[in-house]
Amino acid sequence: MTLDFARQSAYFWALLPEIVLATWTMLVLVVDVFRSSDHPEESRAPVAWMSLAGLVVAGAANAYLLSMREAAPTGMIAVDSFRVFTNFILLLAAGLAICLSFGYLQRRHIDRGEFYVLVLFATVGMMLMAGSRDLILMFIALEVMSVAIYVLVGYHRQDPRSSEASLKYFLLGAFSSGFFLYGIALLFGATGSTHLPTIGTMLGDGVGTASPVALAGMALVLVGLGFKVAAVPFHVWTPDAYDGAPTPVTALMATGVKAAAFAAFIRVFAVGLGGVREDWAPVVWVLAALTMVAANLVALTQGSVKRMLAYSSIAHAGYLLVALLSANQAGAAAFLFYLLVYTVMTAGAFGIVIANSQGDHERVSLEDYAGFGWQQPLLGAAFGLFLLSLAGFPLTGGFLGKLYIIRSALESDNVPLAVVLVLASLISYFYYLRVIVVMYMRPAASANSHDQAGLAVPGRAAIAVAAVAVLALFFAASPVMRAAESSVASLFPAAPALFGMTP
Amino acid sequence: MLGLSEILFYFFGGMAVVSAVAMITRENPVASALWLIMTFFSLAAIYTLLGAYFIGIIQILVYAGAIMVLFLFVIMLLNLGNEYEPDIRGKTWLAMGAGSGLVLLGLLARMFSGETAPLGRQAGPRALANHVADVGVVNVIGLPLYRDYMVSLQATAILLLIACIGAVVLAKRKF
Amino acid sequence: MLRSYLPALIMLAISVANAIFMVVLSTVLSPGGRTKVKSAPYESGMDPLGGTRERFSVKFYMVAILFIVFDVETVFLLPWAVSLRPLGWEGFASAMIFIFILTVGLVYEWKKGALEWD
Repeated sequence: MTLDFARQSAYFWALLPEIVLATWTMLVLVVDVFRSSDHPEESRAPVAWMSLAGLVVAGAANAYLLSMREAAPTGMIAVDSFRVFTNFILLLAAGLAICLSFGYLQRRHIDRGEFYVLVLFATVGMMLMAGSRDLILMFIALEVMSVAIYVLVGYHRQDPRSSEASLKYFLLGAFSSGFFLYGIALLFGATGSTHLPTIGTMLGDGVGTASPVALAGMALVLVGLGFKVAAVPFHVWTPDAYDGAPTPVTALMATGVKAAAFAAFIRVFAVGLGGVREDWAPVVWVLAALTMVAANLVALTQGSVKRMLAYSSIAHAGYLLVALLSANQAGAAAFLFYLLVYTVMTAGAFGIVIANSQGDHERVSLEDYAGFGWQQPLLGAAFGLFLLSLAGFPLTGGFLGKLYIIRSALESDNVPLAVVLVLASLISYFYYLRVIVVMYMRPAASANSHDQAGLAVPGRAAIAVAAVAVLALFFAASPVMRAAESSVASLFPAAPALFGMTP
Repeated sequence: MLGLSEILFYFFGGMAVVSAVAMITRENPVASALWLIMTFFSLAAIYTLLGAYFIGIIQILVYAGAIMVLFLFVIMLLNLGNEYEPDIRGKTWLAMGAGSGLVLLGLLARMFSGETAPLGRQAGPRALANHVADVGVVNVIGLPLYRDYMVSLQATAILLLIACIGAVVLAKRKF
Repeated sequence: MLRSYLPALIMLAISVANAIFMVVLSTVLSPGGRTKVKSAPYESGMDPLGGTRERFSVKFYMVAILFIVFDVETVFLLPWAVSLRPLGWEGFASAMIFIFILTVGLVYEWKKGALEWD
């Protein structure tokens, strides 16, 4: 089906996954509130299952999107296979987060249906943000995502750390949204449009290029997106917010929010502003280098595994920025591939953090993992696998993803950044491997300190899926890589020369 | 001889200035907030006099309504009414405030002194004025909002729905 | 153009005059002799403890947010009401979707008991 955005009805088809998911979420909300007023003490597991079903239906609608073509890139939302790919990543991230929250919410006495509703609404926001081709829509989608996440971070109202994390994230997030919006306003002032292809054409034609207004606009948009992907120096909120949030929410923030912000990043900078690369690339270069070095160094000093994973997720933002900087199609494909690997391994790692918690007590310090590997052999092995993949060891998807990124960096003659990436990864080995050492080499506090893993069956299934995916992305990576490459090709249909694409 | 709209303009303009000064000099934050409402109302009247009806209405609905509710709510929730904190900001802030005021004045002066070339193709105050003359003031907002930006509008509705849910989740005592 | 705003201006003048009239009337008619003891709040004959201002309950927050959400809805519906004819049925449909989504929020609040003062 060919969509012509001159007609409003085209948006119904172009937005089918988002519409399906949003409608489903409202249904979940109403069903839950009617059920809970009759049976307030009942478990909310059915709501969680219903939410998972909604994600599956949205995934089906998303696959249907592949059969659609747009007549011209004039719409507010992109209809290309890049969007389909990122939507699948986002739906996967939301699904993993919901699976991991089975049981966890009950143990922490925050089992309410609104949790799942907010996760789903945040996912709608992420999908809109990742697919939007208009800065206004991107901003509103960013807010839809962020407001839902602010509430989710503070979801555990009785836990002061959760409320503190929520407030910090909200205040800093509101500031960064302000920066982003101001940047949009300045770009609009410089080019007369909020539509990314138009902005790109105008700037590429030399209208407003290098004018201080356009440069300031780009810089402010960069700050706003840099905040959401948690790139150094816009990362200060990350450790506290990740640490204080309920762990399934942390998993969602580290995977879904970051993936959506990165997809928007690539749409704004690599595609929309690709014609004025030399204006923003040096800044992103510095951001990437800073992020990789600083995050890995600080991660070394963390005594809490949850905080260590937070810094690890900041570091990975640096690696993804390297892929984004490589001005070639291989870079963008490596970026998508790594985004997928990153999503599954990070969600899996946070899943193990949930598994190690007991009752209302989140056991996150390094000592709490002593002996975990022997008393919970399967989960321990999975955790080892995720950590090795995060570090980038061979036989895992993380290795292949990093390899692709380095290759793309070398192809675009970005040798210094590739060197920084390798060195930063070497630093990261230390803190990832330290957890594995503690898990297997140090005796547990008592013979039954890891008797009960705090994970319900769906959570275990999610970890199994993530572990299999991490392995599959090494051993059977080529179909995924081909899909990533073809999705990226759809991203730059009009002007491959602009992007420096090698034929 | 002044026309009626000039008289009204100077009346509301004077009232806006007086109540703005009163707002920043009150010691009681609640009184400050009430003076701020007065400022907003005067501004709304000025906007209406200038023909910017939509902004005038927004000024009353959003600023005098919604924003003031939040201001007063925060003041009363924090119980700021009883002890009056002296201004904790120092000379640097004074300098920064004065500096940004000067920048604003400079920008206004630049706006009024001759043509500032619009940067984009169709941007600029003149193009906007022509467009307004074409379709009418509120239509300038309404037509694009419900036509070109329809997707953003529905996303905004979802955002407001999330705000409803979030308020209940975070603030409802028995939930 | 401004003539159509004359009723608003007249109403504004009447309300301002009315407010001034009431304040003046109450000062003129009220018995004088305001002393410190007389204007202190009555607490069963004891000396008053603390100020009369109380910290507001967080319950007001819910009401405030609800008010703001529907206030903002009005702001969005206003341009639609003005441009109803040029927008046609498509605009009508998108306004109805907008209202529907917010109605879901209202149903939620209602059923959740957020509108009650518990």
